Amino acid sequence: MSKKVLLNSKEIEIILHRLACQLIENHNDFSNTALIGLQPRGSFLAKRLASILTNDYHVKNIPLGLLDITFYRDDFRRRDEPLEATDTQIDFLIENKNVVLIDDVLFSGRSVRAGLTAIQSYGRPKNIELLVLIDRRFSRHLPIQPNYKGRQVDAIDKEKVIVHWKESHTKDGIYLENK
Amino acid sequence: MKQLSVEHLLGIKYLNKDDIDLIFETANHFKEVINRPIKKVPSLRDITIANLFFENSTRTKLSFELAEKRLSSDIINFSASQSSLKKGETLIDTVNNILAMKVDIVVMRHPNVGAGVFLSKHIDAKIINAGDGTHEHPTQALLDSYSIKEKLGSIKGKKIVIVGDVLHSRVALSNIFALKLQGAEVKVCGPTTLIPKHIESLGVKVETNIQKALEWCDVANVLRVQHERMDVKYFPSTREYTQLFGINNEILDNLGKKITIMHPGPINRGVEITSEVADSNQSIILNQVENGVAVRMAVIYLLAQQIKR
Repeated sequence: MSKKVLLNSKEIEIILHRLACQLIENHNDFSNTALIGLQPRGSFLAKRLASILTNDYHVKNIPLGLLDITFYRDDFRRRDEPLEATDTQIDFLIENKNVVLIDDVLFSGRSVRAGLTAIQSYGRPKNIELLVLIDRRFSRHLPIQPNYKGRQVDAIDKEKVIVHWKESHTKDGIYLENK
Repeated sequence: MKQLSVEHLLGIKYLNKDDIDLIFETANHFKEVINRPIKKVPSLRDITIANLFFENSTRTKLSFELAEKRLSSDIINFSASQSSLKKGETLIDTVNNILAMKVDIVVMRHPNVGAGVFLSKHIDAKIINAGDGTHEHPTQALLDSYSIKEKLGSIKGKKIVIVGDVLHSRVALSNIFALKLQGAEVKVCGPTTLIPKHIESLGVKVETNIQKALEWCDVANVLRVQHERMDVKYFPSTREYTQLFGINNEILDNLGKKITIMHPGPINRGVEITSEVADSNQSIILNQVENGVAVRMAVIYLLAQQIKR
């Protein structure tokens, strides 16, 4: 099993700032925008972006929610391993809001599909955009593309993109692992 | 990743502590779901569930039905009073006919003890016991424990007294199993005629004085006097029962502490519990009903997870 560094912590930091600036470009003061991290792994990215926007770019009161998609997945009972649910924390209505769904890696697009269904339980958004840190090209099962992406990666099916956050691991880092 | 250690939910006695923890964790998520503006998830849209009620039920049946609908499963309902059972059909024939319609999960209430276990040996579907005679009522015990945990933070070390007709109560037996498994201290209190012999062998203590029992406990789970199961007189009169074991504000006010009052329903108001107590802020009876839906969603979801196509 080999492991290659795709992005180190410095590069991740630069990319996160770029993504934050792109969000500001399109959403101004975020008065009608909500960031929604897809649980579990998208939530680290969503929280990090929200903190950069608040601390470095002085955008105040960004609505940040975390969305669990377990009960909306289309591979329930088709996986060998059972799925484990996580918390959903959305304490605002998204009716008529601009929603930015946030996840770390975009692969088949099925998680995002589940997220699109799940978010409807909280109202009818004005529009929904997708932000991902890593976009794996040529691996999509569904017609889903990101509006904002950190880095595009061409990886074959045997390879796996591993994302480490300093909140859950010792430091930030994105690796390509050959199984 | 976690899953249940059992293939069916036939009784609490077949579960372990990890199973109960997993059910409660999953129920927490579903409780959040049923408090959303849109209270439905599509997880079980390819699952069909048969609700077979060979004995009358209101809230358990409604609660299961709602839980199943919130999970987007398809449902067929059956109640004994309107069925071919009256024409002499056996249980296995009835159920096999229903299964021929491609049913994945059977939720069954039956007047005979062990009906769920019997069925699980003969048919190829997940069985959830919704009450078998005077034996077990596992989902009620789970929602009771879940409600206690929600109110008091934990079950371990808490003192719970089960008051009333323990002899005829499947709720009592399942509750005793569930509470002991989670490390609670349990007492039963009621007329000696309604306390089963050898109940101490389950690790519970018997108390015949309601005042002492309530002084000892953190939670009182008050059972219904089940007139329909009593073929002989177990106590001289309902009025005497109320005087000796009925719970009213006067007794509660004199305890010097606030205890939590539970009741699995349906309530005989003015018999085992007064209306003031049932509607007071010490009572979590309606929380039990709400939690019932979340806990049943969790049980159905976790069992459905094991079905492979």
